[in-house]
Amino acid sequence: MAYSDKVIDHYENPRNVGSLPKDDLNVGTGLVGAPECGDVMKLQVKVNPETGVIDDAKFKTFGCGSAIASSSLATEWLKGKTVDQALAIKNTDIVAELALPPVKIHCSVLAEDAIKAAIADYKKKQEQTKGAPVGAGQHSQPSA
Amino acid sequence: MKLPIYMDYHATTPVDPRVLEAMLPFFTDKFGNAASRNHAFGWEAEEAVEQARKHVADLIGASAKEVIFTSGATESNNLAIKGVAEMYREKGNHIITCVTEHKAVIDTCKKLEKQGTRVTYLPVQKDGRIDLDELRSVMTDKTILITIMSANNEIGVLQPIEEIGKIAKEKGVLFHSDAVQAVGKVPFDVSKAKVDLVSLSGHKIYGPKGVGALYVRRRNPRVLLSEQISGGGHERGMRSGTLNVPGIVGLGKATALAHAEMATEGERLRGLRDRLNEKLHTNLDEIYINGSMEHRLPHNLNISFAYVEGESLLMGINDVAVSSGSACTSASLEPSYVLKALGAGDDLAHSSIRFGLGRWTTEEEVDYVVEKLTTVVRRLREMSPLYEMAKEGIDLAKMQWVTH
Repeated sequence: MAYSDKVIDHYENPRNVGSLPKDDLNVGTGLVGAPECGDVMKLQVKVNPETGVIDDAKFKTFGCGSAIASSSLATEWLKGKTVDQALAIKNTDIVAELALPPVKIHCSVLAEDAIKAAIADYKKKQEQTKGAPVGAGQHSQPSA
Repeated sequence: MKLPIYMDYHATTPVDPRVLEAMLPFFTDKFGNAASRNHAFGWEAEEAVEQARKHVADLIGASAKEVIFTSGATESNNLAIKGVAEMYREKGNHIITCVTEHKAVIDTCKKLEKQGTRVTYLPVQKDGRIDLDELRSVMTDKTILITIMSANNEIGVLQPIEEIGKIAKEKGVLFHSDAVQAVGKVPFDVSKAKVDLVSLSGHKIYGPKGVGALYVRRRNPRVLLSEQISGGGHERGMRSGTLNVPGIVGLGKATALAHAEMATEGERLRGLRDRLNEKLHTNLDEIYINGSMEHRLPHNLNISFAYVEGESLLMGINDVAVSSGSACTSASLEPSYVLKALGAGDDLAHSSIRFGLGRWTTEEEVDYVVEKLTTVVRRLREMSPLYEMAKEGIDLAKMQWVTH
């Protein structure tokens, strides 16, 4: 199977590989996929609480070249977007940008799931902080 | 050193120039039909076919009359298994095989199951070999055939075929072995193995594609097969069709070369394979060999690189041709059923690489592959969330994964 030039570029020069501190209140973490399925993506966003804009995004992916490229591209697109704009990213946008063949569409679905999971995690953290009585931090621990 | 490097000799092999040279006249000058009994063109072709038959027989300790030429090992496996099932229907309807067999055997058995044959698929142990006690225990008075491969095409594991042959003989059951990966690579003798039917292929032993053979025992017992391709009654009526004379000549030459060179070549390849294995283990932690190292083809290595997915690994070593058990590299999008059968977990199947060394593999190539793989595995682990989690002490097996 031949890979598109963009997939190869993201595979060889992945953007934003790494990790953000997952306990930071402004960081949302999404971990999707499963090792026995052959792909796991961890995608993280760091949101500026003042503006609601994603300042930073990082990923780590266990998976094929297309999975790596999909998550790398996702982090590139996330930076500078508001949380709501980020939620509007569709897997079909990733398919189109990377010219993924039909057998690799699930990689793009996984990337969309990872974005949604990261933002859901961020929102959950925010709500828990807001909902918690002042000085009652011990009640705001996210359930694992 | 020439790039790309070919290290996928289990998939196929190039035709040895000496084989090609032997074949060429039979496309043009010596084009006769081996079945033409009344002129020199036919005699010439027939003589070449019979010489090839002798070479094939010599390699496996058979007599020439016991060798049937086919279009390849898939056909040989079909002919052996379906041919026995049909011919011995009166005697019984039970076949025993194994879960790690090649698809040419498994799918043939599946087809027969739809037609009323009962098939037992033996599991394998962690080392990839069947349990002989289990084999004994599943045999019934309706068992007509045991079909177990000699060497596995993915993990190179050698099955205990001499012991299997002995059990089959004791019970008066026929024994077929798909020996495609073993013949010409390790010593194989039909008398020692007490085997009744053996499939082999040209293109796995530096011969051409599209030609293979089936050994069919003629004495103690005389094995009968119901033909699967009907026609002019070629090949003792077991396989009709005009003989592929150039292909057969090529197969004959390839077996003659394998016979002459197997001992030294096997040792050379074992040395290179061990070098590959040792260097990878020196450079990288958490890599796991799939299948028995003791009972293994000398030119095979199958390793899982934990926390790294196979297809992404292949992408990083794109000037090296190897194959992976990862789902992403298979047509079925399922990880290797052979590796799954070893019980190591699907994640390790996704992370596996099969190396097949061969006649033109050099030490320089092995060293290049080690360096390249080491770099790529390290790079991919740095971007693997699983590696990160493992380093943090998280037990990946106990995680609740969000599957999709």
